[in-house]
Amino acid sequence: MKSTLIATGLLALASTAQAQEKPVLTVYTYDSFVAEWGPGPQIEAAFEAGCGCDLQLVSAGDGAALLARVRLEGARTDADVVLGLDTNLTAAAAETGIFAPHGLDLAEFDMPVDYQDNIFLPYDWGYFAFVYDQKTVPNPPESFEELAASDLKVVIQDPRSSTPGLGLLLWIKAAYGDRAPEIWEALSDNILTVTKGWSESYGMFLAGEADMVLSYTTSPAYHLIAEDDASKAAAKFNEGHYLQIEVAAKVASSDQSDLADQFMEFVLTEEFQKTIPETNWMYPAVMPSTGLPEGFETLITPETALLYSAGEAAEIREEALQEWLTALSR
Amino acid sequence: MADRAQPLIRFWPGFGAAALVAALTLGTVLAVALRAEGWAGLTPSDWAAVRFTLLQALLSAAISVALAVPVARALARRRFRGRSLLVTLLGAPFILPVIVAILGLLAVFGRNGLFSYLFGTIGLPAIDIYGLHGVVLAHVFFNLPLATRLILQGWLAIPAERFRLAASLGFASDDIARVLERPMLRNVLPGAFMVIFVICTTSFAVALALGGGPKATTVELAIYQAFRFEFDLGKAALLALVQFTICTVAAGLALWAHVPEAGAPGLDRAVERWDARGSGSRWLDAALITLAALFLLLPLAMVTVHGVPGMAGLGNSVALAAGRSVLVALAAALVTVVLALALAFAVQAVRGTIGKGVLEGIGYLAIAASPLVIGTGLFIVLFPLLDPVSVALPITALVNALMSLPFALRALVPAVAQVEHQFGQLADSLSLHGWARLRHLYLPRLRRPVGFAAGLAAALSMGDLGVIALFADPEAATLPLQMYRLMAAYRMDEAAGAGLLLLVLSLSLFWLFDRGGRIDADT
Repeated sequence: MKSTLIATGLLALASTAQAQEKPVLTVYTYDSFVAEWGPGPQIEAAFEAGCGCDLQLVSAGDGAALLARVRLEGARTDADVVLGLDTNLTAAAAETGIFAPHGLDLAEFDMPVDYQDNIFLPYDWGYFAFVYDQKTVPNPPESFEELAASDLKVVIQDPRSSTPGLGLLLWIKAAYGDRAPEIWEALSDNILTVTKGWSESYGMFLAGEADMVLSYTTSPAYHLIAEDDASKAAAKFNEGHYLQIEVAAKVASSDQSDLADQFMEFVLTEEFQKTIPETNWMYPAVMPSTGLPEGFETLITPETALLYSAGEAAEIREEALQEWLTALSR
Repeated sequence: MADRAQPLIRFWPGFGAAALVAALTLGTVLAVALRAEGWAGLTPSDWAAVRFTLLQALLSAAISVALAVPVARALARRRFRGRSLLVTLLGAPFILPVIVAILGLLAVFGRNGLFSYLFGTIGLPAIDIYGLHGVVLAHVFFNLPLATRLILQGWLAIPAERFRLAASLGFASDDIARVLERPMLRNVLPGAFMVIFVICTTSFAVALALGGGPKATTVELAIYQAFRFEFDLGKAALLALVQFTICTVAAGLALWAHVPEAGAPGLDRAVERWDARGSGSRWLDAALITLAALFLLLPLAMVTVHGVPGMAGLGNSVALAAGRSVLVALAAALVTVVLALALAFAVQAVRGTIGKGVLEGIGYLAIAASPLVIGTGLFIVLFPLLDPVSVALPITALVNALMSLPFALRALVPAVAQVEHQFGQLADSLSLHGWARLRHLYLPRLRRPVGFAAGLAAALSMGDLGVIALFADPEAATLPLQMYRLMAAYRMDEAAGAGLLLLVLSLSLFWLFDRGGRIDADT
C-alpha cells in the first residue's frame, strides 16, 4: 500500500517534470469560454499547433469574478494573459498595475466605435438588446419609452452580480443621462424580476415567464443556427444600443513574456477570430476573410452604438447603481 | 468515575472538528478582512438588506414550521403504502440546485405556470408570484420538507408505550396533544425554526429571482456586491460578520426557548394511535398529506417533464461531471459523519450547558457562513501555498461537508445523548470504553441518524455549486457547474436534462444512505 503511494507520488512528480519541458502559457478567462462548446478548445488547439508550448486555460466565473481573482492573486498570479474583461472593468483592472501594454497596432478593428487602449486588446464585441419571441410579441417596442408604455414583461440581471446587468445600467445612462432615474421608474412595472445572472434570466424567458429578456443582439443567431429556430429576435431601440467589448491583456509579471506577446498577436489572427461567432456568439473584433457565418445577416444592426470610455464607466457606475436601486425599490 | 478513564477518545476528536469548522468559517472571514485595504461602515442600503433578510427569514421559518406541524402529525400517525418513498421524495426540494428549483417552481406558480393556466381557463388573471410572498413561497418549498422531517423525528421519539398508556387511560386526541405532543413540540420547534431561519438568512439567488427586484436584496447579495462590484474586502468581511451575528442571535434565542424533555425512554416500538382511528381525523390527515405532497412534488414533476427530452442528448462530459460529483458527494458524506460524530461525542462528554451549547454552536456556524467569503478566504490562504485549482474537488467536498454538518448534528446530538442516557451506565459497568464503546454501543444504535446525516450530506453536496466558482478546474467540472455551463451556452434543454440527472442522483444517494441506516430498524 505504502509503496504504491510512493510510486504514485513519484509518477506525479515525473509527469509534472515532463510537462515542464514545454513552456506553459497560462491564460485566465471566464467559465463559458473554456466550456467544450466555447471558443476555448479550438483556440487552444490552434495556438498550441504553432507555439511549441502548452496553453493552459484557467477559468473563474465571469468577467468580474475573473478580475476579482486576479486582484486577490496580485503580482504573484500565475496568469500570463487575462482574457475576458470588458470595458466596464478595464479602468479598475488598469489601476491594479498588474497588466502591461500589449504594444500592438490598433488600426484594423471592425467595430462600430473607435477603440484605443494600449493595455487592453479587444477580441470580440456585441450589443446588449432585449430578445423576444416573434410569435408572442408581434409588435416589439422601439425604445425604452415604448417598452415602459407597453404592458410587456421583461426579465433583467442585477448589475451587482452580472456583467450584462451592469451593461443595461450604463445603456440607459448613456441614452438618457439625467433622465435615467425617470426611465427606470417608468420601466419598473415592466420588470418582472431581476436575476443573479444571465442564465437564470434566459432560462425564465425560454420557459415563457417573460416576454423579453436582457441579452445580446446576437442571441437569436444561436437559435437560428444551432436549433433551426427563427422565432427569436432582438428589439432594435432608437436610442441606440450599448456595446460590450471584451478584451485581453498581458500580465506584467509574466514569466513567459514572449509567449504572452505571441498569444496577444494570435488573438487578432484569423484563426482566433473565426471561432468567435459560433462559439462565443459575439462579433469578432477583426472580421475574418470568410465573413460572418450564414444566419448572422438576419440580426438587427443598431443605428447608434453607445459606449462610455473605461474611465467614464468607472466614474458613473456607482451613481447609476444608486439611481437604479432607488427607482426600483419604491 | 468510570468515564474519567477514557476522555481522550471522546473529547479530542470533537475539539479538533470544532477547530476545523471555526477555521473554515470565522478563519476565512479573518483572512478576507486581513486583505482589506480600508474599512467602510455599512450604508443605508446595507441596512435595508439586513432588514429584508430578517423579515423574509422570519416569515419563511415561521410559515415552514407552522405548516410542518400538522403534516408531520399526519405522517406520524398514518401508515400507508409508499409512505417511506413519500418521505424520501419530500426531501427533494431541499437538495435541488437553486436554479433548477426556481424553474420548477415557476413552471407551477409562474406567469406561464400550471396554476396560471388553470386560472386562465376559468377567466381569472395569472398568478403574480414576484415579491416578498414569492420569496417566502420558495423558501417554504425548500424548507417545509426539512421542518416536517425534524418534527416527525420528534413525534417518532415519543415512546410507543406512552401512547399505549394514553389509550388505556381513555385519552382523546386533545388530551394526547396536551400531555404528550405539546411538550414534544416545545422541545423540537425552536431548533427547527432556528435551522430554517438561518438557512433563509443566507439565501440570495432565490430571494432575488422571486423577489421581483432590488427590494429583495439580502445580506449575501450585499456581500456579493462588496466583493465583485466594489472589490471592498473589508466590507465583505464586515457583512459576513453581520450575517454571523444575526444567526448567532437566532441560535441563542432558540437555545433559550428550548426546553429539554425529561422522562423515561421507551422500547422503540412502532407507534399505534388509538385516538386517531376516527374517519374525521383520517380524512384530515389524508388531505394534509396530499396537499403537502402536491405542493412539493408538482414542481419536481415539472423539473422531470422538462428534463426528460434533454436527457437523451447528454454527452460524455456530463457523465464524467456526474461521476466526479458522486465521488465528491461520497467524500463529503464521510467527512460530515466523522465530524458530526466527533462533535456529538464531545458535546455529550463536556459538562455544563454552556460548554455543550458553544461546542454544538460551532458546528452550526457553517450554515451562517457566506459561501463566497469561505471560498475567497480559502483562496487567499491557499494561493501562496499551492495551485488552488489542483485541490478544487477536495476543497469542494470539505466545504460541502461543512454545510451539511448542522443537519447531521441535529440528528446525531440528541441520538448520542439518548444512547448514553439509556445505556451509558450499563456500558460503564462493563468497562466498555474507547473504540469498543463506539463499535458495540454507539454505532449499532446510531445507524438511523448516521444514515440520514450521510444521505443528506451526499445529496446536498451533489447539488451545491458552493465555493467551486473560484477554484473551478476547467477540465474537472462537477455536475452543477456543467449544468450552468450548458445554460451559459444557450443549451437550456440539455441543462434541464442535466438538472434532472442531478435530481435523480441526489435522491438516489440520499435514499441509499437513509435506507441503509434503517435496515433492521423495525425489528
